[in-house]
Amino acid sequence: MDFDWMKIPYAFLTLFIVVNYGFLLNAFIQKIGARVGRRHGIPIWQNYADMFKNYGLRSSITHGVMFYLGPVFRLSGGVGLILFVPIIYGSTMFSNMSFAGDLILALYFIFFGTLGMALGAGESGHPHAAIGITRGLSQVTTAELPFALAVFSVALQYQTLSVTDIVAAQQGGVLNWTLFTNPLAVSAAMLSFLGSMMRPPFDVVIAPQEIPIGPPTEYHSSYLALMQTNRAIFPIAKIVIYMNLFFGGATDWPTFFFKVFMIYLWSAFVGVVFPRFRVEQSIRWFLIWAVPLGVLSIVMV
Amino acid sequence: MMREELKIRVVKGPDGVEFEVDPLRDYFCEAPPASHPPAYAKIVEDLFNWARSHSLWILGFGTGCGAIEMRPLMTPRFDAYRYGIAWRPTPRQANLLVISGYLSVKTLKRAIRAYEQMQNPKYVVGLGSCTINGGMYWDSYNTIKRLDDYMPVDLYITGCMPRPEALLQGFEDLKKLIRAGKAEGANQYAEKFEWYKANQKQVIHDWDMPDYNW
Ligand code: SF4
Repeated sequence: MDFDWMKIPYAFLTLFIVVNYGFLLNAFIQKIGARVGRRHGIPIWQNYADMFKNYGLRSSITHGVMFYLGPVFRLSGGVGLILFVPIIYGSTMFSNMSFAGDLILALYFIFFGTLGMALGAGESGHPHAAIGITRGLSQVTTAELPFALAVFSVALQYQTLSVTDIVAAQQGGVLNWTLFTNPLAVSAAMLSFLGSMMRPPFDVVIAPQEIPIGPPTEYHSSYLALMQTNRAIFPIAKIVIYMNLFFGGATDWPTFFFKVFMIYLWSAFVGVVFPRFRVEQSIRWFLIWAVPLGVLSIVMV
Repeated sequence: MMREELKIRVVKGPDGVEFEVDPLRDYFCEAPPASHPPAYAKIVEDLFNWARSHSLWILGFGTGCGAIEMRPLMTPRFDAYRYGIAWRPTPRQANLLVISGYLSVKTLKRAIRAYEQMQNPKYVVGLGSCTINGGMYWDSYNTIKRLDDYMPVDLYITGCMPRPEALLQGFEDLKKLIRAGKAEGANQYAEKFEWYKANQKQVIHDWDMPDYNW
């Protein structure tokens, strides 16, 4: 088997672009949220300052091995996701390590980080962290359910488990996108998308402003900075999967930037309009609205 | 005088083995704080100082009347977020402790614990005249008078109470201090640890916590 070594620097380049785009996009989305609330919002480079500050903290304490590994797992979940899906369709430079059947791997990576985080935060021993994990895992699990169903439906529809092939099948016009050929699966997945982006109405897990800040309660300095880096990578990685599966993928960077932004905007748009759900409400919401859509989409195919 | 839950006790584990727990020794790290001088080349430290000054994470901890002046900063009218100032709910992640007004002895205990849990480059801002000389509580039996005796203060914002604009101005001044590398309160606290502890114990009579709690 011949392995193309040039892929490695290309993969790093992809990662670099994605990290920076993620940082800027996160700040931009936050700014949009702030503008809706008639605030000026954070400067666009705020996330860089926060990250440098956290890497630059001089002291840090640990609660054990898993406490170290939690953020590392989480980051590798995000990075792995990026590396194993084709970012730009048809470009040898940026399709990375994608291979046949990578869809299953991608699904696995989405969950991987959450689990690592749960173990790590559990070791911190802080009660708020434990509460955050319980909330987080139950919500993410139900939110993943419709997505998994939608993915199966799409895989059935195209008779393949390779993301590249699915993108290939959607080329040649907007009407070939899964969005139009399998609207039920896309709607189920887009509802699940809301649940995994950690924005309102489904942000009770990290509860950004209140006292129990959730799993990262005890995390600080470099641990936190690693997690921040992941917060930049992970949404993009996730959106890339959505883009590839449902919105025809991207054939060049401008299309990529635009589509990712539009998909991200969907969660921000819902987020500023609706208030927050409690966990049991959101679970019920996913089970009642999103899961039947997913089942239906499989049945239709 | 020890609180009940801090006394040494014998606990039976789920596997039936009995062992002794000394909460003060087992649940807290008793190592005194260490001083961490700036470790990197000047240009790196400058970058870090720039980042620190632009990402002030305030611990959401309000003590006196002054705390009410911090809330407008989060609202659309004053909107401190555009200056890189944010509020964090946990001391682990915060790097700025704002003592917003008079500090009763009981609250001082909590303030010390919160301060000690924050990680090294950390800053303290005293808000209002109560933190400087006791203010209108100067003859109170139950509040401290000079905050500087109990934790290293980087900056005072005067007034009774200062308006949100004054706070923003104060934070801008703090940023200048940080960028100039002059805000080394955490190291000062570590170096003069005994002196601070002696001062703290002088006013806190029912000292029932470890000397240094991470
Ligand atoms: S300085 Fe004035 S406003 Fe501030 S805590 Fe003291 S009495 Fe209250």
